[in-house]
Amino acid sequence: MALDQSFVGRTFSPVEPYVVGIEKIREFASAIGDDNPISHSTEAAASAGHGGLVASPTFAIAAVARAQDAVVFDPALGLDFSRVVHGDQRFVHHRPIIAGDVLTCSVTVDSIRALGSNDVLTLRAELTLADGTPVTTAVSSLVARGTA
Amino acid sequence: MTIHFDALAVGEAIPAASYQLTRDRLVRYAGASGDFNPIHWNPRVATDVGLPDVIAHGMLTMATASRAVTDWVGDPAAVLEYSVRFTRTVAVPDDGVGALLEVTGVIGALDPDARTARVDLTVKAAGVTVLGKARVVVQL
Repeated sequence: MALDQSFVGRTFSPVEPYVVGIEKIREFASAIGDDNPISHSTEAAASAGHGGLVASPTFAIAAVARAQDAVVFDPALGLDFSRVVHGDQRFVHHRPIIAGDVLTCSVTVDSIRALGSNDVLTLRAELTLADGTPVTTAVSSLVARGTA
Repeated sequence: MTIHFDALAVGEAIPAASYQLTRDRLVRYAGASGDFNPIHWNPRVATDVGLPDVIAHGMLTMATASRAVTDWVGDPAAVLEYSVRFTRTVAVPDDGVGALLEVTGVIGALDPDARTARVDLTVKAAGVTVLGKARVVVQL
């Protein structure tokens, strides 16, 4: 089933912000085998000039994926998630993600394109602080195989 | 390691690194990231959908590859941009060894005004490239 083109340009804003916890930063770094002290020790992070533990460069996906779920599982979009693979991923960090950050994540459907027999859905997530300070832009393309 | 921006040159390699991906790491990553898709931990589901075995999360491969750069620059906050294309899956057999990711990187561009470097990564598993256009921009 083709995806609903009327989703292009729509922005989804979740109600609950994502609160970046110290233990979550440590857990994520440990899960990828990264023992960098700046992601584990508040003291080491402070010595490097940071206001708290610094999240790994791809940590943002935890907040982004939760916000994307509102879009990809919207039945009106018509996406069969069992056919979806991750096509590509890009992060632009306007500033690092630091423990204690309260991140608001809005997700915009940038495009829906048919590529051969696949549908390619491109989602842009903007992570911001409550005062609007931009933190991270994350662009994900999801490929639904054989749905176009 | 202290990196002297002015001493860097386009084409120069950063230290190569290799990382073992094992089943337990996939389970830990599922918990840390919130991605519990069973193709990353349940062999029955993985083979049912036509995969050779349980496969690593693409995002775990992406995250693991970034360590070659953050270990080089020392500070994860130095990463300004990071993008990849997921070109091939990485099967992670339950044999106690798993899959070996081999990461090499060369400096693809330097911006003397911004003092940033773009590192172009090559990421292989079992000799095959698994990430395309893997590029990391770091502040130095």
